[in-house]
Amino acid sequence: MKRFPRSTLAVTVAGAASFALVMSGCSAGTGTEQSTGDNVKLTVATFNEFGYDDLFAEYEKANPNVTITHKKAATSNEARDNLTTRLAAGSGLSDVEAIEVDWLPELLQYSDQFVDLASDDVDERWLDWKTEAATDADGRLIAYGTDIGPEAVCYRSDLFAAAGLPTDRAEVAALLGTSWESYYAAGEKFAAGGTNVPWFDSAGATWQGVVNQIPNAYEEEDGTIIATENPEVKEAYTSVLEASTTLSAHLGQWSDDWTASFQNDGFATMLCPGWMLGVISGNAEGVAGWDIADTFPGGGGNWGGSYLTVPEQSKNQAEAQKLASWLTAPEQQLKAFASKGTFPSQLEALESDELLGATNEFFNNAPTGEILANRAAAVDVTPFKGEFYFAINDAMQQALTRVEDGTMTPDESWAQWVTDVEALG
Amino acid sequence: MTTAAAVEVNARSIRRIALSHKLSRWDVRFSPYLYISPFFLVFAVMGLFPLLYTAWVSVHDWNLIGGQGDFVGLENFVTVLTQGYFWNSLRNTFSIFLLSSIPQIIVALGIAAVLDFNLRGKTFWRMGVLLPYVVAPVAVALIFNDLFGDKYGLINSAIMGLGLEPVRWHVDVIPSHLAIATMVNFRWTGYNALIFLAAMQAVPRDYYEAAIIDGANRWRTFRSITLPLLRPIVIFVILTSTIGGLQIFDEARMFDNVGQGGASRQWQTLTLYIYELGWGQRNFGRASAVAWLLFLIIILIAVINFLITRRIAGTADRKLRVRPKGIS
Repeated sequence: MKRFPRSTLAVTVAGAASFALVMSGCSAGTGTEQSTGDNVKLTVATFNEFGYDDLFAEYEKANPNVTITHKKAATSNEARDNLTTRLAAGSGLSDVEAIEVDWLPELLQYSDQFVDLASDDVDERWLDWKTEAATDADGRLIAYGTDIGPEAVCYRSDLFAAAGLPTDRAEVAALLGTSWESYYAAGEKFAAGGTNVPWFDSAGATWQGVVNQIPNAYEEEDGTIIATENPEVKEAYTSVLEASTTLSAHLGQWSDDWTASFQNDGFATMLCPGWMLGVISGNAEGVAGWDIADTFPGGGGNWGGSYLTVPEQSKNQAEAQKLASWLTAPEQQLKAFASKGTFPSQLEALESDELLGATNEFFNNAPTGEILANRAAAVDVTPFKGEFYFAINDAMQQALTRVEDGTMTPDESWAQWVTDVEALG
Repeated sequence: MTTAAAVEVNARSIRRIALSHKLSRWDVRFSPYLYISPFFLVFAVMGLFPLLYTAWVSVHDWNLIGGQGDFVGLENFVTVLTQGYFWNSLRNTFSIFLLSSIPQIIVALGIAAVLDFNLRGKTFWRMGVLLPYVVAPVAVALIFNDLFGDKYGLINSAIMGLGLEPVRWHVDVIPSHLAIATMVNFRWTGYNALIFLAAMQAVPRDYYEAAIIDGANRWRTFRSITLPLLRPIVIFVILTSTIGGLQIFDEARMFDNVGQGGASRQWQTLTLYIYELGWGQRNFGRASAVAWLLFLIIILIAVINFLITRRIAGTADRKLRVRPKGIS
C-alpha cells in the first residue's frame, strides 16, 4: 500500500498558490528584457512522438541566435497534468507547449493564458475545422494545428476470407458501406461466416466514432449541458449497445486484454484514425492480414490530433510564435509525417504528392496517405466540445463498459450515467 | 579604595554568575524544545499548513486552473456526502484494507517465525522477503495485471484450462478487491515480516530454553512466548498498515488503464475518488472536502486503535509479569 500522503492535494494547491505569488512578483520586470537579435533560448514541450527532433536542428541552423531545448513527455496524460499544474501555478511552462485536441476545450476556457497566434501567414493553412476548434469565443486563435486523426476502417483480410467475405480494399469498402447500419449489417454477415470472431473491439471505441459525428452531443455552444436530454445521444447509445450485444469483443480499449487480443484474433475490424496504424502494427506484430478500407460509417470522422500553443507566461512570445509557425508549416509537417507518421492537418500538405504516394507495408502496402487524405476530406461535422465534454464522454465510456461487462442493463447504466453527469455541475 | 574596588569586582562577578546561571537554566529548560523544533517547523510547513489550507479550499468553489471561486460553506461536503460514489469508495477502501492488512499480518508473522529459526544463508532469505518492497508499486501493478487479465490473464487461462468459469477480475467487486489486495500484500508482507523478525530476535532465548525443557513444542512456544512479547510491535504494524491501508492509491489506480476504479467504481478507493474529483473534474473544492473527510476517518480509526491497543498493552504487561514466575 502506497503511503499516499493525505496532504499531497493541499501541498499542490498550496505550492501552486505560493508559486503564483512569487512568480507574479518577479515576472513583472522581465517581460521586455528580450529584444530581437539577441541570443534566444526557447523551450518546446511535446509528448509521445511529434517527429520534431531533426527539425529543431534544422531551425537552429537557419536561425543561429536561437537555441532550442526539447522536453518530451512520454504520454499525453503526463503532458496534460504538467500543463494544467503549471498553468495553475502561473509559471514553469515552456515557450511552446504541445496540446492534444481532447483537452483543448478545457484550455479554451482559459484562452487568455495563451497568446493569440492569428496572423496573415497562417490564414488558410489548415483544414477549417482544425482551426475552428482552436479559436475561442472572441475569435482568438490560441493554437497551431499539427496533425489530425482522420478515421478509416481497419480490417483483417485473412479473417474476412475465412468468413467468405471479399478481401480486396475497394470491395471491403463497398461491403462496409457508408452508414453505421451497413457497417453493422456487414458484421452480421461476417458473424454468419462461422469464424467465431467478434466484428469490432468494443462499444466504447465504436461510440467514439458515432459521437464525433453529432455536432452538439453533450453541450450547447453557450455551455448548457444537454447530454441527458439529447435524443441523438440516447439513440446513439441504444444503437451502439444493440450492435455490441452480437458484434463486440467487449474489450475495453487500451486495456491489457485489448492489447493482448491483437495476437489472439480478438476481432475482425476496428475504427482507425491515422495514428492508430502505428498502434495496430505494434500490437499485432507478426500477425499477417491487416488492411485498411477507404470508408467510414456515417460519413467522415476525426479522432485526436494535436496543436502547438504559446503560453502567455513565455518571455519570448514573438520568437516562440515564429518557431511554432515554422514547425506547423506544411513542409515541416510533411517531414514529421515521413519520420513518424503523424498525419498533417495543413491543406497544402494534404495535397502533396509525397503524402498521397505514401504506403504502409504492414497494411498490405495500402496507400495509407491517399486513403487518410480522402478520409480527412470527408470530415464534415465539427463536434462542439465544451468545458464538460471530456468528463461527460468519459462517464459515457464507463456507462457502455458497464453494459458490456454485464454489471448493468442498458437502462440501469443510462440512469447511472445521468446521475454522474448531474454530479458534474 | 581597594575594598571598594573589590566589592565592585565582586558584584560584577556575582552578576556574571547570576547571568550564567540564568543562561544555563534557560539552556536546560528551552534547548530540548529547540532541538526538536526542526521537526515541528517542517511539520508546520509540510503538514499543518497544507492541512489547514485544504480546509480553506474545501469551503470554496475551487477549480484546478481557475483557482479560488466563491465561498460556499459546507456545500462541497454536502454534495460529496450525498453522492453514492463517496460511500461506495469508503466501502471499497475498507474492504481492500481488511483484505490486505489481516492476511498480511498473519503471513508476515509466519514468515518471521520461520526466518527466526537457524536457517542456512540467513541474510539471503531475509533480503529475499524484502525484495518485493523494493519494487515500485507501479511496476508491481504492471506485473500483476498480466496475472489478473479477464480474458488473457495467466490465472484465468489456468482456470479455464481446468474447465472452470473464468474470474471476472475487472468486473465483480470482491475479485477486484482480492486482486488489488494481493498486490498490496506482495509488496508489504516481507517488510512487516522483517519488523516482526527484529522484535522476535529481541526475545530472550532463555525463555525458549526453559519452555522447551518444560516440554513445550514449537507451536506452544510461539503462541505462549513469542506472540505475547511481540504485542507492542504487532500494535505498531497494525497502526501503520491502517494508516497506509486507508490511503491505497497506486495499486487501485494501476489496476486498469482508465485509473478511475472501474466502470461501476468497483474498486475506487477514497484516494482515487479525491484524484478523480481534483484532477478529472478539476473540482478542488470537492476533492479537498473528501480529503478532509478521509483525514477525519483516519483520526477516528486511530483513536479506536489507540483505545484497543491500550487495553491489549495492559494485558501484555500483566502476562509478562506472570511469565517469569511460571517459567521459574
